[in-house]
Amino acid sequence: MKSALQQLLPKLVLAPTTLILVVCVYGFIGWTALLSFTKSRMMPQWDFIGLDQYIKLFDNPRWMVALENLGAFCFFFILICLLLGVVLAIFLDQKIRSEGALRTIYLYPMAVSFIVTGTAWKWILNPGLGIEKLIREIGFQSFEFRWLIDSEMAIYTIVIAAVWQSSGFVMAIFLAGLRGVDESLINAAEIDGAPHYKIYTRVVLPILRPVFFSAIVILLHIAIKSFDLVQSLTGGGPGYSSDMPANFMYTHAFNRAQMGLGAASAMVMLFGILAVIVPYLYSELREKNG
Amino acid sequence: MDRTQRIVSARIGRVFIYALLIFTALLYLAPLYVMIVTSLKDIEEIRSGNLLLFPLKPSLYAWQKAWSSACTGSECDGLAPFFWNSLRIVVPAVAISTFIGSINGYVFSKWQFKGSNYLFGALLLGCFIPFQVILLPMAKLLAVLGLANTVTGLVLVHIIYGIAFTTLFFRNYYIGIPTELVNAAKLDGAGFIKIYKLIFLPLSKPIFVVTIIWQFTQIWNDFLFGVVYSGSGTQPITVALNNLVNTSVGGKEYNVDMAAAIIAALPTLLVYFFAGKYFIKGLTAGAVKG
Repeated sequence: MKSALQQLLPKLVLAPTTLILVVCVYGFIGWTALLSFTKSRMMPQWDFIGLDQYIKLFDNPRWMVALENLGAFCFFFILICLLLGVVLAIFLDQKIRSEGALRTIYLYPMAVSFIVTGTAWKWILNPGLGIEKLIREIGFQSFEFRWLIDSEMAIYTIVIAAVWQSSGFVMAIFLAGLRGVDESLINAAEIDGAPHYKIYTRVVLPILRPVFFSAIVILLHIAIKSFDLVQSLTGGGPGYSSDMPANFMYTHAFNRAQMGLGAASAMVMLFGILAVIVPYLYSELREKNG
Repeated sequence: MDRTQRIVSARIGRVFIYALLIFTALLYLAPLYVMIVTSLKDIEEIRSGNLLLFPLKPSLYAWQKAWSSACTGSECDGLAPFFWNSLRIVVPAVAISTFIGSINGYVFSKWQFKGSNYLFGALLLGCFIPFQVILLPMAKLLAVLGLANTVTGLVLVHIIYGIAFTTLFFRNYYIGIPTELVNAAKLDGAGFIKIYKLIFLPLSKPIFVVTIIWQFTQIWNDFLFGVVYSGSGTQPITVALNNLVNTSVGGKEYNVDMAAAIIAALPTLLVYFFAGKYFIKGLTAGAVKG
């Protein structure tokens, strides 16, 4: 009796989590998928119309702008974060005095919510009173910096704020990676007389390839999900010029009574994430087992 | 290159490294500095001065207003009520999701049964889904449960979607505890619960700290669930801050915006500055999974 209970207990403990997983993760994904095949607007209704919502979605100029924005955002956000993160990590790894304090400073934006970040940068980039005024007072009278109200450039204000928030994190994982590099390899290269920077480009960075890989996946994941920062920094504006997919989904599903379309956009986002994550998890797990 | 030349160039290199590190640190600190000085200025001074100027006659007016009388939509009670809302959401959600994560992790690492690895894999994937894909059905479920627009509803949502991460944290930590310990305890007649209480709980302090800090930061900083599932009066602080910034009754008060942003950021910033080590551990554990 007692041992039967012991056998059962682990499964019993996992039962609530399993239930949640089946209903609130996979069940809900299925529900959203079904919804995306219907013409639901204010309320869910089950009139199936095939792929119409998806066709409508990719015909929607606002969605296409959101996708373009996501592309531009991903590219610059990831590139700048990696560059900054790698350089800071390598420099910090040169037996720097007060390394701890510097690290703390690079990472603190990570502790703050995107809404706070958006609010702060909205003020800093304020056309008229923000950076523009500062630079003008230094002496560049005709300096202009109005990306926030420029529909071509608004998306890049989001890049700036997001880089400020996330690059410290990239630094942290690269620093951890650098500390794990076998020191004898570096010493050997030094004895061979290789200049310092070459040791990094030829020896160290290639070893850190998996770290690059993880960093890119994580940053992509952050990018595809970004919602809060857009909402607080530009509100998707001017017009909808700085919208991203998550904001499109929210607006259509909750403010514009376009539930079916919103569900379709959510499914596209899911597939986007899966396309990034599944190969990553697969290779990670295979490496661990192999 | 002779010796003195080499020493000189190394010197220059180090000066350059320090200069770059310190300059970047100042850039990272600048937004926080701008927020603080702006929050202490009056609106006159904000218009006449620039971002970096120190306040000539610092006042706490903006802080007072942000806390107790700024408008966040139709009501004008400042951020205070929403600060408490966030606290009422965060405390139970963190406690419960952490506890569930701990026993789940215990089962996944030491009481594996047939299929438990697949279950863990399915759970892991749940960490990554874009939440847009569950927003609509979850809204429906909360409505059915009578929890729409309530603090309890938000607590529930945060627990449900926090479990994947907390489980992952604990599972990865417990896997490092030798299984022989469990087997020896079993021989002594200890069961599932006793082993957890007597062996695992006492060893878990660091991972509890990491998980609690991670969950606290995540939930305090959440905006998506907050904006979708809260109603007037139950919004968390991030949503209230966003409303405050975007409510324009009369002239724009940038000083109040900045004070409000700092108030919203303060709890997680304090946690970061006092327990940064654990925060970073959570970040890297949450990011570099497996």
